[in-house]
Amino acid sequence: MKYTLSVLVENHPGVLSKVSGLFSRRAFNIDSLAVGITEDPDISRMTIVAHGDEYVIEQLEKQLNKVIPVIKVRTYKEGEYISRELSLIKVSCPSKQRLDIMKISELMGARIVDVSVNTMTLQFADTLEAFETLIDLLKPYGIREIVRTGTVAIEKDSAISRK
Amino acid sequence: MISGAEIMVKCLQEEGVRVVFGYPGAVICPFFDELYRTDIKAVLVRQEQNAAHSASGYARALSRVGVCVATSGPGALNLITGIATAYMDSIPLVCITGQVKSDVLGRDVFQEADITGACESFVKHSYLVKNTAELPRVFKEAFHIASTGRPGPVLIDVPVDIQQGTVEEFVYPERVNIIGYKPSVQGHPMQVKRALEMLKDSKRPIICAGGGVLTSGAKPKLREFSEVTGIPVISTMMGIGVMPSDDPLYVGMIGSHGVRAANLAIHNADLVILCGARVGDRAVASPDQVVERANVIHIDIDPAEIGKNMKTTVPIVGDMKNVLGQMLKAVDYTTPEEWTEQIKRWKEEYITVPQTFEGYVEPKSFIAKLSTMLRPKAIMAADVGQNQIWCSNNYRIRDGRFLTSGGMGTMGYSVPAAVGAKIARPSRDVVAVCGDGSFQMSMNELATIAQENLNIKIIVMRNTVLGMVHELQDIHYGSRYAVTELDTVPDFTEIAKAYGIDSAFASSNREAEEYAKSMLKSDKPFVLVCNVHPKTSSR
Repeated sequence: MKYTLSVLVENHPGVLSKVSGLFSRRAFNIDSLAVGITEDPDISRMTIVAHGDEYVIEQLEKQLNKVIPVIKVRTYKEGEYISRELSLIKVSCPSKQRLDIMKISELMGARIVDVSVNTMTLQFADTLEAFETLIDLLKPYGIREIVRTGTVAIEKDSAISRK
Repeated sequence: MISGAEIMVKCLQEEGVRVVFGYPGAVICPFFDELYRTDIKAVLVRQEQNAAHSASGYARALSRVGVCVATSGPGALNLITGIATAYMDSIPLVCITGQVKSDVLGRDVFQEADITGACESFVKHSYLVKNTAELPRVFKEAFHIASTGRPGPVLIDVPVDIQQGTVEEFVYPERVNIIGYKPSVQGHPMQVKRALEMLKDSKRPIICAGGGVLTSGAKPKLREFSEVTGIPVISTMMGIGVMPSDDPLYVGMIGSHGVRAANLAIHNADLVILCGARVGDRAVASPDQVVERANVIHIDIDPAEIGKNMKTTVPIVGDMKNVLGQMLKAVDYTTPEEWTEQIKRWKEEYITVPQTFEGYVEPKSFIAKLSTMLRPKAIMAADVGQNQIWCSNNYRIRDGRFLTSGGMGTMGYSVPAAVGAKIARPSRDVVAVCGDGSFQMSMNELATIAQENLNIKIIVMRNTVLGMVHELQDIHYGSRYAVTELDTVPDFTEIAKAYGIDSAFASSNREAEEYAKSMLKSDKPFVLVCNVHPKTSSR
């Protein structure tokens, strides 16, 4: 089972290593970790995507809470949040395929950020599922390189207010 | 103007620190130089690891934060095992290390080591101070974090230029404000209620007490709770001392090296009340088996311990003293007699008579005898190995403390821990029991004992083997004693003599008891070497 955790931490040097060190020490597996400053410059938010059973996630939450500069830990439930990941995808693209890739890009809502004689680079910000679809579509053309930021997530107010 | 080093010392004074255990070096000199001008005592240990162990013994004996100090690089690195040992046993320590100048950090200069990085996974928190002005806040927070919630070691790494730097004035913050650190100390009333309801239906309840009971100062409350309800008490190794060993309600230590009756009790109970115990693997090897028969109420100040090793029916997060107080107010329960009688029968049934060998001391009966010779509030520091098990199961504790490295199992702990305990409690009997293996890991502290003229009695169980592993090799490795034979055990009496410490060698229980009697009359340190047969088992 995949889980998305949103962790507010004090924005100090060394905090990232305290948190990431925890994962290796307690043998937790994480899929991605993204960190950035919040609206309050003293506070950063880490979005962690991890997988495991309920026991693992409960332990992960509790152990994170023990790290002194960790302020708050939330595990988002399905439907409670919006998540996005930014990726840059470089595809092989001889001129005769340019139109095809442009069409895929338009269809999926990606942006073309660089074009050369033999390649095209797309910028894509969407969910993990959309990313996987895009990759499936681009694979036949030859993917040269992928760079991903890891997932960031925010609570969905609309879903909460409906409850 | 005031220097960083002076601020550090003033912070210690603000925290009421009277003793630090340490070892100097170039980049911690500014601090020691300032300390020298105050009445804070600095105890010079003979290796940094022992500074942490001594601070640990001090902290446990006095229920205060222990402080140890080392220099950068090797000094700090030597502290590591001591810090990790304290972490595993939840001992409040503030560990201060010198660090190379902040502008050369990361350049691999002489005696540089990334100590905050190295200790990351076994400190409660750590600081690398980058600015002299931060020192008061860092120290205030460090002492607060070390001593509140689930206690543990906090490391403060201070580059030498930060110690030498100056600021206008010293202001010690009155309070700390760490947004992410607010330990809950009161048990949730609903959970307490649920726990008491669950207790009502129980026919075979047992209290399993761990080190958390002692850390919280909940010993009287636990005893009261047990007496009011008649629920028998078993303890983990860290929990030894929660009840006097001879209390009729106390069953004994659980675990792979524990007492049969205690293990039977936990495995046959229908309700286990875990009090400040983390259900370590050596205490309960198969928690799933216990859970099959029993509901579990787990009381702990650290929410992460609840449900970590044993499935819990009712979790209660809070300080043991408070939670037991809350429970005492509302409890109305009497343990069924059949259960108490059953436990009593187990206790009587499984008394073993230890095997004796001619020309040797039988350690189990000697430890039991020694208990009766010590004053009630005595502090016993047991090392790691067979000697630890002999002490755990045979030392009849009354109102004193039992100090041992339960979590980490760090050999060499007992002697430096006894040093700290004696400095903390000079009027109490302090005894360290170790084996010939563990003694050789910290016997350099005889120098500290001699220098400080500490009235510590050391008992060395000399069996010329690393007994615990030797036993393991008998069971699992076809008695192939790979690297466990201490062929050249030195004459420890001569070693003690070299430090100006009196000593004796005993080859029978009668001799050992006689020497013990006379050594306890004296106010000087003493090393009593007991000749123990290598085949004496830990059971």
